[in-house]
Amino acid sequence: MRCRSVIPMSRSRAVAAIVGPGNIGTDLLAKLQRSDLVEVRYMVGVDPASDGLARAEKLGVQASAGGVDWLLARDEAPDLVFDATSAKAHLAAAPRYAEAGIRAVDLTPAATGPFTCPVVNLQEHLDAPNVNMITCGGQATIPIVHAVSSVTAVPYAEIVASVSSRSAGPGTRANIDEFTETTAHGLEVVGGAERGKAVIIINPMDPPMIMRDTVFCAIDPDADREAVAQSIHDTVRRVQEYVPGYTLKAEPQFDDPRPDWNGRARVGVFLEVAGGGDYLPAYAGNLDIMTAAAARVGELVAERILETKAVHA
Amino acid sequence: MTGPVRIVDTTLRDGSHAMAHRFTERHVRDTVRALDGAGVSLIEVSHGDGLGGSTFNYGFSLVDERTLIAAAVEEARQARIAVLLLPGLGTVTDLRAAADLGAGAVRIATHCTEADVSVQHFTAARELGLETVGFLMLSHMSEPEALAKQARIMADAGCQCVYVVDSAGALILEGASDRVAALVAELGDDAQVGYHGHQNLSFGVANSVLAHRAGARQIDGSLVALGAGAGNSPTEVLAATFERLGVETGVDKDALMDAAENVVKPFITRLPVMDRSSIVQGFGGVYSSFLLHAERAAERYGVPAHEILYRVGERRYVGGQEDMIIDIALELVAEREGAVGV
Repeated sequence: MRCRSVIPMSRSRAVAAIVGPGNIGTDLLAKLQRSDLVEVRYMVGVDPASDGLARAEKLGVQASAGGVDWLLARDEAPDLVFDATSAKAHLAAAPRYAEAGIRAVDLTPAATGPFTCPVVNLQEHLDAPNVNMITCGGQATIPIVHAVSSVTAVPYAEIVASVSSRSAGPGTRANIDEFTETTAHGLEVVGGAERGKAVIIINPMDPPMIMRDTVFCAIDPDADREAVAQSIHDTVRRVQEYVPGYTLKAEPQFDDPRPDWNGRARVGVFLEVAGGGDYLPAYAGNLDIMTAAAARVGELVAERILETKAVHA
Repeated sequence: MTGPVRIVDTTLRDGSHAMAHRFTERHVRDTVRALDGAGVSLIEVSHGDGLGGSTFNYGFSLVDERTLIAAAVEEARQARIAVLLLPGLGTVTDLRAAADLGAGAVRIATHCTEADVSVQHFTAARELGLETVGFLMLSHMSEPEALAKQARIMADAGCQCVYVVDSAGALILEGASDRVAALVAELGDDAQVGYHGHQNLSFGVANSVLAHRAGARQIDGSLVALGAGAGNSPTEVLAATFERLGVETGVDKDALMDAAENVVKPFITRLPVMDRSSIVQGFGGVYSSFLLHAERAAERYGVPAHEILYRVGERRYVGGQEDMIIDIALELVAEREGAVGV
């Protein structure tokens, strides 16, 4: 082993558990293993044959198929839990985490806590007992809508997320309406658009296409286009801090008003989201941006937890 | 195989693409009345991209589709009004609203390899008591056996008729009938099979005849071919052709020709035609509704529409990825500017 295996003193890191040892949970573990603020001590599932549990155990994480019961019976409870299970499972577990004083970062569509996007509104929710990560399409596009709406009013925002067939799991496929409706709602309440609309397209091409997202915002014809473009570029740089593969495919495109646009002009933003390739393949930028955003949220929440502990020590 | 065929009209849905989604309530009322009178039993009315399709990416509807659906329902005496729904774009909430307005059927469309995203919507449609139809879009991209497996997913979810949908107008003769035959073999008595053709390579009607012979029992058409790309198989030509072949359709060909000439032709803004761009769509396997969007991007960025469409085909983009057209136009501009600089 190299010197990297010398772990910083556990006192200096918040103790975390990942519940749900699937693709998302496993990729999240890979990302958090690089963290100076979060120590993933537990990986929890319900299937003893889970690859994810075996993989976590090899990495020195305490892994169990005993579910939330096992986790809550540990001598040292985690400070925070990342839930990468399902909406149903999270709804059942969320009150138990809250009762035990464990902060929850919810990667499922359950959305019991406030919608959270790291570059937009995380500061507001650092003390919330439970935060929700919206959707992958939301994490990719809400920062852009917010970038525009912080310069000029956005009466309508629309996003089209194209993902590779291989990265669209059974949960997404069984309830694709949940994606479109939740993302649209996120464009409004977090992005700042008066009305949001989201579309998801699943493309089966091989080799798989890297996640693409297009954002269209209706804007005033007299809006300061230079300021809008600047705000978009600034936001892209801030997202790149936790998703290095988040890039603009082209400069933002401004179109003059058309009769069918209700007198509004339009800005179009064309994004590509390549994943970090930690556990999930790079084309699955849609999954990566979820785990990267959740890791980011977890680190900032951990920092807050550690500060509070230091004050009370 | 012989047997009756049901001609389904999609002038007021696929035709929405050719009209840049500018149908008025008058257009809808007049067309539905004419089709209904001619004996067409299923008439599709929606934004070209289905419920919820009125967007920047696909084009905004001039008139809210719910107003148009309600008007169609009011005009139809014997016909059932169908709506289109693309999961990922439209939702069960949209479907409920359409059913409340009196729509009696839904056609649920997915890319030809992604049928499992429709299960949620078929389940809801059956609960609402709607007639259900499944669309496997861009069917040319899948081989017959693989396509049949996807049809099975739809049938098991409650779909009563699965269509081979030649969205790109790319299928030629056996290309269409082999796919229909594979679906018929797979579905047996569990569900019917349908065929939806486009004229990009001029095979819409010929493929429809072969599809019927391979066992298809529902065939789509549009009056004056009004539809995406070079248009659909013309409803009035399908009616005349099947009558000449002695296949029962239950529709009146003369009334349909009258509807085409005197109702639809006077209000349309563009008669679909096999021009360079639409032929490239058929050749390259490009989703037909990309045509007007490519033309618009061509004008905006000064690059040829057919070059954009060739590239869309090479990249294997699927229905709904209209945003990639702007991407490609910008790429072509950058390549030209690069070339000038060298």
